[in-house]
Amino acid sequence: MSDFILTAKGLTKIYKQRSGKFGFGSTTIKALDDVAVSVRQGRTLAVVGESGSGKSTLARCLLQLQPLDAGEVHFEGRNLAGLNGSELRAARRHLQMVFQDPFASLNPRMKVGDIVGEGLLIHKLGNASERRERVVRMLQRVGLLATDMEKYPHEFSGGQRQRIGIARALVLEPKLVVCDEPVSALDVSIQAQILLLLKELQQEMGLSYLFISHDLRVVRHMADEIAVMHRGRVVEQGDVARIYAEPQQEYTRKLLNSIPGQHRLAH
Amino acid sequence: MSRAMRNPLAFWGLVIIAIVLALALLAPVLAPYDPDAIDVKSILLPPSTAHWMGTDGLGRDVFSRMLFGSRISLLVGFVAVGIATLIGVILGAISGYYRGWVDVLIMRLVDVMLSIPTFFLILAVIAFLTPSIWNIMIVIGLTSWMGVTRLVRAEFLSLREREFVLASATLGARDHRLIFRHLLPNSLTPVIVSSVLGVASAVLIESGLSFLGLGVQPPQASWGNILTEGKEYIQFAWWLSFFPGMAILLTVLGYNLLGEGLRDALDPRTNGKGKK
Repeated sequence: MSDFILTAKGLTKIYKQRSGKFGFGSTTIKALDDVAVSVRQGRTLAVVGESGSGKSTLARCLLQLQPLDAGEVHFEGRNLAGLNGSELRAARRHLQMVFQDPFASLNPRMKVGDIVGEGLLIHKLGNASERRERVVRMLQRVGLLATDMEKYPHEFSGGQRQRIGIARALVLEPKLVVCDEPVSALDVSIQAQILLLLKELQQEMGLSYLFISHDLRVVRHMADEIAVMHRGRVVEQGDVARIYAEPQQEYTRKLLNSIPGQHRLAH
Repeated sequence: MSRAMRNPLAFWGLVIIAIVLALALLAPVLAPYDPDAIDVKSILLPPSTAHWMGTDGLGRDVFSRMLFGSRISLLVGFVAVGIATLIGVILGAISGYYRGWVDVLIMRLVDVMLSIPTFFLILAVIAFLTPSIWNIMIVIGLTSWMGVTRLVRAEFLSLREREFVLASATLGARDHRLIFRHLLPNSLTPVIVSSVLGVASAVLIESGLSFLGLGVQPPQASWGNILTEGKEYIQFAWWLSFFPGMAILLTVLGYNLLGEGLRDALDPRTNGKGKK
């Protein structure tokens, strides 16, 4: 138990959609269907699957950004789904997220220093000068400059913006970070830099990652364990080497075969 | 703003507004006569060097009355729009942020208000109240907030799902931080545009009310009630109708040009984007 920083089981999320001529009928879509995942302390669990398989819904439900229809999320031994508003807000300090789109994930009307320092302000950590110092240190750690604090997000490139997003999540010194396709919107050359940065920070800060991606090459590089999602279900979960070497499920095999330049797994 | 100024529409709109505003602010300095001073020896004089816009049926200087009237018209425009914008932003924010039954309630209220012809509603309300400049401002404000409400609600609904708002929620932000730091600052652009356009329509409504005798009461001058007087003498004193008419036309034109120009300049779907 203590080995896992996050365990979730029975996660179910159903979207209702009106259908029929006059919207009287309704069809239900199970975005998550009895999903169970667990993340080990200091390790990376990758959730892979095609678009629409429920990966991002899983991320948002784990963070309680969307209400679950059923299921439990145990983080540091507490069920997040059972916390009230202020308890949940306090718990969020240790449970952060890096978002997919570096252009949509930064408020265009806030300075970088305020964006990165917002979490410290919300959780009332330190006084103004201490907070400023932590923001500067974090910005420098992710490869930006102290003077970048006074700039606005539009002055940065996609890769730099993603560094800002990482700084915002990590300045709170979280324990678990959910990375929702953190490099899929970036150029390939930048992707490697950001992945390396995430790996370094994991080592230094003892972070655990839940890493969501559709790119199996990225996942192989990052993950210790893999959970394969298909149509709202986890179809296969296991050690990264095992999954790549001997996938048990037909769907996993198909997914692996779709990696360009990797015909070794064709049968 | 500098982007907006490269837009010729917005530029000329702003020039007109600046001139009208300057004239209104400097009215006491610029006015050659007391706007209310009656001079029976110079009734209905045509425009001349002594009276640039002629005199009215009581011998008052029309130019001076126009200057002081512009203060009333603009004051009504600004205050009414201020009230409408304030109500619209508050209701729109509540509607778009909390959704659910509050949203349904506010939106149906908007529908009801929009289904009533505004000018007749204002006429009806004013008929029960004593016509004063303050009542007019309040009534115009209370009947023109619906557009802003819808705009702000729509902005909130779409911004709420944006990743930077989710990011702040993930950090542990409360409602007030999400609303005031993230959602509101990013939804003000369309509000500014609609407020500028709103001034134009408020000026027009005030003139209309004063023209009908339900607005600013004589002897206090407003563009609308100068026009009313002009109506009686229109066959032999054109200047009494022409100048206030032109003033209203130009002012409304100015605000509409600025509003449309700002909309074009600030709308990312047209030419706003790509400019860093």
